Amino acid sequence: MQHRILSKDSLAAFLEGLRKEHVVYAPKRDKKVPNKMVWKILEPGESPLFEFANTDMSPKDFVFPQSECLMRFRTGEDGTSVLKPIEPEPRKTLLFNVRPCDGKGLSFMDMIFCQDEQTNDVYWRDKRERTLMVGLACNNPCPSCFCHEANCGPHSETGLDVLMTDLGTRLLLKPLTDRGATLVDGLPEAAPGDVDRAEELKGTVEASMKPVIRTEHLEARSLMDAYNLPYWDRVCEACINCGTCTFVCPTCHCFDIQDETTPDGEEGRRVRNWDFCMSPLFTLHTSGHNPRGKKMARVRQRFMHKYKYIPMKRNGEVGCVGCGRCVRLCPVNIDIRDVINAMNAPAEAKPEGQEV
Amino acid sequence: MLNPYLPYPVRITDVRVETEDKTLRTFEFEFLNPKDAKAFDYHPGQFAELSIPGVGESPIGIASSPTEGDRLLFTVFRAGSVTGRLHGMQVGDVMGVRGPMGNWYPLDAHEGKNITIIAGGYAVTTLRATMVWLQDPKNRDRFGSIDFIYGARTPGMLLYRDEMAAWQKTGGVNCHITVDREFPGWTGLTGFVPTVTEQVAPNPNNAIALVCGPPIMIKFTQPVLDKCGWKADQIYLSLENRMKCGIGICGRCNVGHQYVCKDGPVFSKAELDQLPVEY
Amino acid sequence: MMKTRTEAIRAAARTLLEEGRVDAVIGYVQGTIPLRAQPFVAYTPEECDRFIWSSFCGGNLASIASGRTDRVAVVAQGCVSRNLNGLVHENRIQRENLYIIGVPCIGMLDQRKVEAKLFGRNIEFLKRDPEEDLGEIVVGGCNAMGECYEEVIKRRDVKRDNCYTCMHRNPVGADTVVVEPVSETAGGDINAVATPWMRFDADRRWEEFAKNFEDCIRCYACRDVCPLCYCTTCFVDESNPQWCGKTQDSADVQTFHILRAFHCAGRCTDCGACESACPQGIKMRRLTSMLEKDVRTLWGHEPGMDSTTKPPLSTYRPDDPEDHFK
Repeated sequence: MQHRILSKDSLAAFLEGLRKEHVVYAPKRDKKVPNKMVWKILEPGESPLFEFANTDMSPKDFVFPQSECLMRFRTGEDGTSVLKPIEPEPRKTLLFNVRPCDGKGLSFMDMIFCQDEQTNDVYWRDKRERTLMVGLACNNPCPSCFCHEANCGPHSETGLDVLMTDLGTRLLLKPLTDRGATLVDGLPEAAPGDVDRAEELKGTVEASMKPVIRTEHLEARSLMDAYNLPYWDRVCEACINCGTCTFVCPTCHCFDIQDETTPDGEEGRRVRNWDFCMSPLFTLHTSGHNPRGKKMARVRQRFMHKYKYIPMKRNGEVGCVGCGRCVRLCPVNIDIRDVINAMNAPAEAKPEGQEV
Repeated sequence: MLNPYLPYPVRITDVRVETEDKTLRTFEFEFLNPKDAKAFDYHPGQFAELSIPGVGESPIGIASSPTEGDRLLFTVFRAGSVTGRLHGMQVGDVMGVRGPMGNWYPLDAHEGKNITIIAGGYAVTTLRATMVWLQDPKNRDRFGSIDFIYGARTPGMLLYRDEMAAWQKTGGVNCHITVDREFPGWTGLTGFVPTVTEQVAPNPNNAIALVCGPPIMIKFTQPVLDKCGWKADQIYLSLENRMKCGIGICGRCNVGHQYVCKDGPVFSKAELDQLPVEY
Repeated sequence: MMKTRTEAIRAAARTLLEEGRVDAVIGYVQGTIPLRAQPFVAYTPEECDRFIWSSFCGGNLASIASGRTDRVAVVAQGCVSRNLNGLVHENRIQRENLYIIGVPCIGMLDQRKVEAKLFGRNIEFLKRDPEEDLGEIVVGGCNAMGECYEEVIKRRDVKRDNCYTCMHRNPVGADTVVVEPVSETAGGDINAVATPWMRFDADRRWEEFAKNFEDCIRCYACRDVCPLCYCTTCFVDESNPQWCGKTQDSADVQTFHILRAFHCAGRCTDCGACESACPQGIKMRRLTSMLEKDVRTLWGHEPGMDSTTKPPLSTYRPDDPEDHFK
C-alpha cells in the first residue's frame, strides 16, 4: 500500500476528518500527575503530543475494560431470572499515536481471546473490530524498553492499522490494513525520499537499543527445569504481590467474573474484572486448598507464563512486548529483564539477578 | 455470534440427596430450549459451569452420560456460595448451564482395551458418567473387562449406591465398592481404596486406568499401580482447579502451560509428570 | 547513591552477618533504572556489598521484615524504624530477632517530580546524589540520536510530599545508627497537610476525595507495600461474606481506600511508601493526613515511638472519658 505524507500543519484537518466516524483518543499529559501520560479523548482543536515515551497504562482497556458488564438479568414475574448479554455499543474508537509495542500487545491478545470456535470471546472481538489504531513509531526508546528483543520493535507494525513515523515537521503514514488505507485515503502520496528517511530512522533507533536479554538457554530448558530454578526464592523476596505489573502490562489478560445484584436481588449483572496472578485469591479453591499458596509460586507464575508457558503453547511467541512498563512502575523495581536473564542462566552458573 | 459466556437456561427436574450428611445432592436439569440440548454435545469426563444469576458460576463434572438422553445430571458438594445456593434450589427452578467444557476420558482412542476405574469420595461423578457410557449396548462390546473400584468413608457416603448394585448384576462389570471400616449392615468390602486396589491387582496389559479422588487417595494408589506394572501413559487423572471463564483465557486454572479447563481436566499421568503440581 | 551512608550500611550489615548476630539483612540495592532502589535480602557478608542508600529508597522495608521468624537486621530511616517498633508491638516481629540499622534521613525524592521536570527526555543516570538536605542532584541521559543532556535539580524542589513535613528523620530505637544524626524534623508543618480538608464542608470533602481516588486501578500496591497491612485476608479480598464489590465502580474503590485508611489510623508513620508505590500517582496522604492529625491532636499519639504503647484506636474502655469517642 502506498505511503502517505501529512504535514503537522494539516494535522488538525486530518483529525477532524477522523472524528466524523470515530471517537479519537490520544496520549495526553495527565493534569494531576505531571509525569504521567494517559489516554484521553483528543478534543477538537487540541494537538496531539509527539514527544513522549508512552502512556503509563496500556490501551488494552479500550478492548478489554478493567470492569466490563457481560450480561444482565431481571427476575421475571414467574420468579425466574435468565441472563441476557448486553448490547454492544456501536461507537468506533480511533487510537491516535499508539506506540508499536501496544499495537503488538493487542495483536498478541487476539491470539488469546480468539483461539478457536469455542474460545472466541465476543466481547473482545467486537470492541477490537471497532477500535482502529494509528501507531506512532518510537524514535526515542527509553532505558526500560526492550521491545526489539521481545518479537516487537520501535517501528513494529503488528496490530496497527497505520504506522506513522515522525519526520520532524511532517509525518509519514504507512497504511497496514484496508481500514488503515481508508483512513489515509486523500492524503498526498509520500516521496521516495520520505520513505527512505523513515527507514533510516528505524535503523538508527534499532541500533541505539542495546541487547539486554538472552533466552537461548531458557528456550532449550524444560518446563520443570525452569520451574525449579533456585532463583525464584530470591526474586520473590522483594515482591509485594501487588497487581501493578499485570495491570500496566499490555499482554496480561487474566480476569475474574463476578455477579452483582441490587439489594432486593431482583436485578443484577455479571461483570468481568481484571484479575492478577499475584493475588493469593486468584487460585484459592473453595476448600481452602491453594495450588499457588506461596508468594514465590505466584511470582514465578507470572514470569514463567510470559517466557515459558506461552512460548510452549503459542509456537515461540512470548507473552511480553518489551514495553518496559512493569520495569518503570514496579513499586520494588523487580526488573523482568533481570528475571529473564536469570531464567536463562546456564545451569552451572549461580542464577541471580544482575546489577545493571 | 456465539457467546461463550452465556449459559443455556435449564430447569431443575429432580433433586436427590445423595449422602447421609446431606452435603451432596444430585440435580437433574432439562434444557428450556430443545435446540440447546442438541448443541450441548458432550462426553464422559467433561464438565460445565453451573450458573446462578446473581450468585455466580461453579465448574462441576457432568455425572450423566450422553447415552442417557437430553437430561443432565450433576452431583454437587455444598462448599461455596454458588453450590450453597444451588443446594437450596428446588424442582422447577430455572438457572443456567454453560458448557460442555474441557476434554474427556480418551475411551474411543483405547477401544478394545480393558478399563480399570478407581474412584474415591465424590470425585466419582464423571466416572459414573463413564460407567454408564461403557455399559451402553453401543459401547460395551467395544471394550474388554471393566473393573470399578470405588470407596467412601461410610456406606451412607457412597454415591449412586443402588445404581452400582445394578451394574454389578447386569452390566458385565466388576464392581469393588468399599468403605473405610466395618459398619452395621454393610456386607461389602472394607478398607481404603489403595488397599482394595492392591487386592484387585488390576492387570495393566492392554488396559487403561482412570483415577479420580482426593489427593491423599491418589498419592497412595499410585505406588500400588506402579507395583502392578502400570505405566504413566496408561493412567488418566482428572484435575480440579479454580476456574472462571472455562474456555482457556482467564488464567487461574493453569498448570504449567496447560489450562485445566480447556486442555484438561483429563491428563495422563505421563503428562502430569512433566508439569508442576499446581493443582 | 549516597556514598557515606552506603559504605556505613555495608559495613554494619557485613559485620552482623560475619559475627552471626543475624541470619539476614534487609536493605536496598541499586535499582535497574535510575531513580529506583530495589529491596534486597542479604544472607552472606559478600552480598552486603550490593547494599546502597540513595534518595530513592522510598519503599518500606519493615513490610519485608514483617512476619519473618529468622533473625533479621533492617536498614531503616526514621519512619521505617517506627514501623518496626509498631510491628514489634503487634507481635509481627520479635524484638530479640530484630536488629535495626538506623539511617538518619534527609528525605527521599519523588521520581515522578524529577521525571516531570525532564518530561520527554530519557533519564539514564543519576550522577550526583548528595548527602545534604539542600543539595542538588544531577541527572541526565541521551536520546537515540546520541544527543545528551545533564540537568541539575535542587533536592528541595523534588522531595516526596511526606518528606517535607517529616517529624522524625532520625531512627527511633535503632540498635546502631550509621551516621551522625540529622536535624530531627524536616521543617514543614505536618498539621498543615490536613488544613485544606478542615476548610471544606462535607460535600466538598467528598468531591475532593472522589476526585483524588478516581484513577485507582485496584492493584493494591498501596496496601501491599504498607507495613501496617498484613491481614491474612484483607477485607477487600474476603469473598464470604463479600464486603466490597470487585469492579471499578467508584463506591467499591472508595470503600477500599476509606476502610484501609481507618484500619491504619493511629498506626501510620507517614512513610509515604503508598504514594511512592502507586502506579497511578494517587495521593493517599490526602486521606490519611486528616486521620493522623486527629490522632495527634485528640490523643497526643505519635505511632511507633516505642514498641509498647498501644495505638489509641486499638484500645477501648466503656468509661472512655473522651467526648469525641462516644
